[in-house]
Amino acid sequence: MNRRQVILDLKDLRTRFHIAEGTVYAVNGVSLTLHECETIAIVGESGCGKSVTMLSVMGLIPVPPGEIVSGQAFYRNRDLLALSEAEMEHIRGKEIAMVFQDPMTALNPVLTIGRQISEPLRVHLNMDRAAAQQRVIELLEQVGIPDPKNRMNDYPHQFSGGMRQRAMLAMALACAPSVLIADEPTTALDVTIQAQIVELVTRLRDALCMAVIWITHDLGVVAGLAERVIVMYAGMVVEEANVDDLYDDPRHPYTLSLLAALPRIDRRRDRRLKSIPGAPPNLLVAPHGCPFAPRCEFAFDRCRIETPPLLPVAIEHRARCWYDVVNGRPFE
Amino acid sequence: MTRYIFRRLLQAIPLLFVISLVLFVLMQNMGDPIATMGGRNVTRSADRERLKRQLGLDKPIIVQYLYWLVGNDWTKTDLDGDGVAETPGVRRGVLRGDFGLSLVNKKPVTQVIGERLPNTLLLMLTAEAFILIFALLIGIYSALRQYSTFDNIITTVTFLFYSMPVFFFALVAMYIFAVNFKKWGLPYLPTVGMFEPTAGKTPLQVAWHMVLPTATLSFGFIAGYSRYIRSAMLEALGQDYVRTAKAKGLPRPEIVYIHALKNAALPIVTIIALDLPFLLGGAIVTERIFGWPGMGRLFLDHVSRGDTPVVMGILMMIAVAAVIFQLIADILYAWLDPRIRYT
Ligand SMILES: Nc1ncnc2c1ncn2[C@@H]1O[C@H](COP(=O)(O)OP(=O)(O)OP(=O)(O)O)[C@@H](O)[C@H]1O
Ligand code: SF4
Ligand SMILES: [Mg+2]
Repeated sequence: MNRRQVILDLKDLRTRFHIAEGTVYAVNGVSLTLHECETIAIVGESGCGKSVTMLSVMGLIPVPPGEIVSGQAFYRNRDLLALSEAEMEHIRGKEIAMVFQDPMTALNPVLTIGRQISEPLRVHLNMDRAAAQQRVIELLEQVGIPDPKNRMNDYPHQFSGGMRQRAMLAMALACAPSVLIADEPTTALDVTIQAQIVELVTRLRDALCMAVIWITHDLGVVAGLAERVIVMYAGMVVEEANVDDLYDDPRHPYTLSLLAALPRIDRRRDRRLKSIPGAPPNLLVAPHGCPFAPRCEFAFDRCRIETPPLLPVAIEHRARCWYDVVNGRPFE
Repeated sequence: MTRYIFRRLLQAIPLLFVISLVLFVLMQNMGDPIATMGGRNVTRSADRERLKRQLGLDKPIIVQYLYWLVGNDWTKTDLDGDGVAETPGVRRGVLRGDFGLSLVNKKPVTQVIGERLPNTLLLMLTAEAFILIFALLIGIYSALRQYSTFDNIITTVTFLFYSMPVFFFALVAMYIFAVNFKKWGLPYLPTVGMFEPTAGKTPLQVAWHMVLPTATLSFGFIAGYSRYIRSAMLEALGQDYVRTAKAKGLPRPEIVYIHALKNAALPIVTIIALDLPFLLGGAIVTERIFGWPGMGRLFLDHVSRGDTPVVMGILMMIAVAAVIFQLIADILYAWLDPRIRYT
């Protein structure tokens, strides 16, 4: 069992968007726990609610159209979803930091890299200009930007994609947060740079004992990085397991097809998730029954009527399915 | 950057020549300066001929233009109007800083314009300050409260103002704040001139007299710019970098006024700088309506009497100003947007 302290405990989060076409049921009851110094990965195909889940925790959902209907997100026993905006400002960037997918658009084009990294230092640690500058140089050095003294005066457009993501990391790590949420930080980068960023995060995580939530499409990255994996589908957690168990002993049909679609190691040109047959779920209708039923080869009557609960199937391993894939028959 | 400015100014020179020639030719159709010289008396045709020769108006238009441009001190002019050119010319030409004498009152053009320019600048600068302050306040506020009651009211009002002709606004404003306020015994706003002759030209008098002209000149620009700022701010606030700034835990004012506004300012600055000539155009109409003794009224008074030197002086000043405003817009843009470098 995990004997480390729980640092982030998300309970039954539901987030919706009210748009012209109707209501988007983006997150439908996500619960997860993150322990100190632990890394978990959240995987799932595009649109399954990975980003919205984490943005909800951070209070970064645009309202309207967004609405957090219910749920709690305990960070060190404080419910983030109940905090005021002013209280959240002290959490964001200081306790929980976030790195976004696209470093091209996530950095402000008209402010220098140095300024953008120094901002959290100023607002959270009350550093003065000189101290912040010194720290920015250290941070840039730490994430492997050469000649940080001069490069900190550059603007984002003078940085390459990989360097921008390093700068984003430096910014996120500025106040030594306890939790780092990385939302597909390598998706926009080419493969060699991806590996460097993963390596960098791993190193910094170990040095700082930081808990990391790594959102990704890339099951290949997950293996070397995370201890536990959470598989999401249509705004729900459908399977949760330690990383080896998930690969060796998947219990949810969706996970099975994800792994089946994964190219073999000897042909790993593109390790992103291959699309699996069938249409992705329509989030505009309220969830009823198992969301995976239309694409599931094991689906039977009950699946279309009743949504399965997330139930333990093995040690530290839970799945949301009415069907016992090990024994090849429905559960009792 | 210096080289860029220098090059842009060099490029503007041929343009200014062409503009001046076209304007000069057009001016010949704007009225007969001789016709109004005798006041109410009809000018005799012999006098007309003499006056024409004295003023050099008998010369071909291109020669007149040449004299205007480079002066006539290298040739002889017919100063006494007897048909023989015997007196050496004294005009030095625009290129040497001599804009000539007004045909109407024989004063140097630079002096005539110089007397009026400060009044126009006062009106324009005050209006521009008002425009920027109110447009920014309204634009940012309605962006932050998108679709709120305030935003909806502002949307309606700005639409109304934006489509309202300047003279109509001026008349309505006069009707309410001058005519009716007077009738109701309230302190009413003056509608003519810069100051009460009895009170003298005190700063307070001038400020009081500026209220209606400034409002008239500003309202359309405030309406237009506040819409523009609103949409630029909304666009900036929806960008990823604003989310990043928020994720860092920055306080809201810093997000809005630094991260978003600095990006939103880029398109706004360009528009505002390029609009400055239109502000001048608006000032001309406004001055006319409120009897404001500025360049606008000067222009209208002199254009109707075919006073080429004065009118050309004013028009060339506007043309040069337009070139400079454009340059200022470019420089500001480069200063605000690090991605742009002029060389
Ligand atoms: N601002 C928004 N307005 C309306 N709908 C939104 C908004 N943000 C997200 N959604 C919807 O919520 C759903 C979940 O989106 P989310 O971004 O969480 O997916 P994701 O799993 O992160 O996908 P990806 O891997 O592509 O990033 C999607 O259907 C998306 O269309
Ligand atoms: S519950 Fe039914 S439809 Fe859903 S994944 Fe399991 S077997 Fe397939
Ligand atoms: Mg996402």
